Amino acid sequence: MSADVNMSVTGNAPEQLSVQQKLSTALGLAGLLIMSLSVFNIGFQPKILWLTLSLVFVAAGIIWYTKASYTHKPEGIKNDGVYFKSLTNRGFWAYILGLVFTGFYIVLYFYPSLLGLNSEGANTGVVALFDPLSKALSGNPASQWFVYGTLYTLAILGFGFKFLWKYRHNSYQRLRTFSVMFFQLGFAFIIPEVMARLNGDDFSLPYYNLVNIWPLNYYNFEQYRVDEFISAGTVGIGLLIFGVLSILVITPILTYKYGKRWYCSWVCGCGGLAETAGDPFRHLSDKSQNAWKLERWLVHSIVVFIVISTTAVVYSYLRYDDYWLSGTAFLISVASLLTVVFAWVMVYKRQELQKDAKYAAIGFFVLILALIGLHFSGMSNNIFILEAETLRSSYAFAVGAMFSGVVGVGFYPIFGNRVWCRFGCPMAAILGFQQRLFSKFRITTNGGQCISCGNCSTYCEMGIDVRAYAQKGENIVRSSCVGCGICASVCPRGVLKLENDTPAGRINSKEILLGNDVDLMDLVNQNK
Amino acid sequence: MKQEHIVIIGNGISGVTLARHIRKLSDKRITIISSESEHFFSRTALMYVYMGHMKWNHLKPYEDKFWAKNRLELKQAHVKHVDTQQKQLTFESGERFAYDRLVIACGSKYNKFGWPGQDAKGVIGLVNKQDLEELEELAPNNKACKRAVIIGGGLIGVELAEMLSTRNIPVTFLVREKHFWNNVLPAEEAQLIDRHIREHHIDLRLNTNLEEILTDDNGKVKSVKIKETGEILDCDLVGLTPGVSPNVDFLNSSSIELNRGVLVNRMLETSEPDVYAIGDCAEQREPIWNRPPVEAVWYTGRMMGETLAQTLCGNTMEYKPGHWFNSAKFFDIEYQTYGWVFPKPKEGHTDFYWEHEDGKKCIHIHYEKESQQFIGINTFGIRLRHEVFDHWLTKNATVDEVIENLGKANFDPEFFKNYENQIQNKFKEESKTKAI
Repeated sequence: MSADVNMSVTGNAPEQLSVQQKLSTALGLAGLLIMSLSVFNIGFQPKILWLTLSLVFVAAGIIWYTKASYTHKPEGIKNDGVYFKSLTNRGFWAYILGLVFTGFYIVLYFYPSLLGLNSEGANTGVVALFDPLSKALSGNPASQWFVYGTLYTLAILGFGFKFLWKYRHNSYQRLRTFSVMFFQLGFAFIIPEVMARLNGDDFSLPYYNLVNIWPLNYYNFEQYRVDEFISAGTVGIGLLIFGVLSILVITPILTYKYGKRWYCSWVCGCGGLAETAGDPFRHLSDKSQNAWKLERWLVHSIVVFIVISTTAVVYSYLRYDDYWLSGTAFLISVASLLTVVFAWVMVYKRQELQKDAKYAAIGFFVLILALIGLHFSGMSNNIFILEAETLRSSYAFAVGAMFSGVVGVGFYPIFGNRVWCRFGCPMAAILGFQQRLFSKFRITTNGGQCISCGNCSTYCEMGIDVRAYAQKGENIVRSSCVGCGICASVCPRGVLKLENDTPAGRINSKEILLGNDVDLMDLVNQNK
Repeated sequence: MKQEHIVIIGNGISGVTLARHIRKLSDKRITIISSESEHFFSRTALMYVYMGHMKWNHLKPYEDKFWAKNRLELKQAHVKHVDTQQKQLTFESGERFAYDRLVIACGSKYNKFGWPGQDAKGVIGLVNKQDLEELEELAPNNKACKRAVIIGGGLIGVELAEMLSTRNIPVTFLVREKHFWNNVLPAEEAQLIDRHIREHHIDLRLNTNLEEILTDDNGKVKSVKIKETGEILDCDLVGLTPGVSPNVDFLNSSSIELNRGVLVNRMLETSEPDVYAIGDCAEQREPIWNRPPVEAVWYTGRMMGETLAQTLCGNTMEYKPGHWFNSAKFFDIEYQTYGWVFPKPKEGHTDFYWEHEDGKKCIHIHYEKESQQFIGINTFGIRLRHEVFDHWLTKNATVDEVIENLGKANFDPEFFKNYENQIQNKFKEESKTKAI
């Protein structure tokens, strides 16, 4: 047998689950079974009992599985047999799970009535099963989004617990996992539900997860939300201003200080799910240079798309209705902001941009200017050629639903856990741009200690070929890096360290590595 | 002018580093010959394939298209004879292959010390890709391999023990020395690793030698006999890991001067003109500082490649490795070393040792008694910065300066607990008693 074929085809000991692991899996699945059966209106009464049972079964199943997997082993890296298991090596179970996830998302986004959401009358099915919990939190009956939000939070908490045990020797991993669990439970789940309780006839706030920032939250500035914010008085206006400041002021400052990791692997819900429930699939990301190329084109195109779409949507209501900001003033501000950013990058950071990135920036900038120009020239009655509504709804469908949900999570077991974050998320792209050009964050390479083993690259969920830098003694400064720190954890030789330090000397390309004759190092590294 | 043809035997870290640097500096024709694998891979990571952490493809540091793109010609062949007069190689297939300048970078093979039964089926080492394939065949799980015995307590031995234990194969580990790797590590660290190996349920037998390997009627390993006790241990696999030596048998028929390895001078030149040797297979005629004449280490192979590339491209340069450093991982415990820490302090040296109460982290410093000059550090379970220690070694820092500034050299991930205070306090206390 040749090793090229892949050794994982032989069925070997590590892939077999222990009795306890099997039983705990069964317990968790029993919880999911209750929810699945409830879809068919099997009369689980009282609902509150069955809902509690199903949630407790799932949680207990995960906790038990964790104990059975890790407690009897010494602290350390737990990747044994990852490539022998069907579920984590794109085997039969991976595809089954992928199909189940994808199917769930399609039903959730496009056929919520199948789950029991009725346009008229009370909920039925699984949505009704969640009514008691929803009423306890917000006072309202559940929706399909409440069901989803609860399961999502349960997944982050449950698998977060598992991750905490898996990395119990690593304080960085533990802290950031506590953080995503906290932000999911508090900011994404409980606070918005409780805020909804405050809504009355004369006061109504939109459902708002404070840490879900535009453009990830692509609908944040749509008219119905902005109207609600404004009508809710000081609190609402405050939240609206916070939403704008989040992207324009707060995130640039935090990203400068800590890199985009403060958001992507400490706060964000998408990242939270990827890092917990998605952790067993992180090694499946594509590390090829072609994938990197695709990533750069795709993710930056989506940034352009969402900027145009949001600008168009906001402009469309500012133009016709009476707000303190006029449509024209808004367009001018957007254009000026883009121009300032663009000019700054071209003046100060031109050298750091690779050729194609520069071309892309120029291209997209021209495109935006052209579209705005088109509007002022009055050649079209519509905004930006297309109707704003068409742009908005196609973004919501293609990016919001299909990419982030169906593909992004549905394909975890096939393409890895960060497909959305890497190829699709406009927020990650903007933070990444800042991280690459204007941040103190880097992954430091420890002199000449790298042995090119490839653990770092293999377990990089963003598909960064970390080894390519480490074996050259070069620091890793990449826009896509979410700072999860797993490369540094799995490194067997202590070569990598995530840190924030002065921006000077952050990018240090080296030809000859430390350990060799000092004269040779100086000669070659300076003669380039 | 005719384009010079540089032929490199071996596509490991030395040969490939050399080829990459020659390509950066010149337009010479470069051919890399290997019979082991089509593409360069990280030998140090073979273990992770068996353990299921990675697949074979992950071991390759460059994508397959890299070689053609950089005009590095790859030749899969096994060299049988080198004719330095005709400047020609003969392959096992009978094919002949001309070179202008030849670099031997053919690496190591594992040692066998003449034990009866050492060539039986079921006896393996862990050096090359074929060894890994054989291991997978012989020990796919604990049904096919009910017990494995490993002979030789060094870095590869402990890797093999870890590998087999991930497939729940019981392992008996025979170590000749008083403690694991005690010929390199001081007793304190060696004992720390002894404990950790046993924590992973490895049957570690210290002060134990192999007498012979016994085989069944089919010539397959059946058991081993222990020298000291005469005990017979049944097993299906024997791992031979008592070190490696240069893989130079194919050069016996050539006029190139050999000892254990290919003898080279500081310019990495062999006894024959236009023939060079680098990496594990090279043996320095004059040892460099404290370094042994043959160094089978990833980093030294790489550094020789970097240096020789300069020479071959017209910038003649001596091989001058900087300060010694190395690293390894024993199951879950990482190890780094900078400068020299010997099993026992040398004449005129003394040491300082600190161990954490969990028994899994420690540092060990050697320094000169008289001048207090820092000589070297071993660190287990705590990562340290290469650059900082390299700097301290260059400027002959004192042990006080190193201890005082240990925090600057810390390379552990953020939010990890620091032990500098503990270490500094212990050092101060010991200095006081020493002063009295």
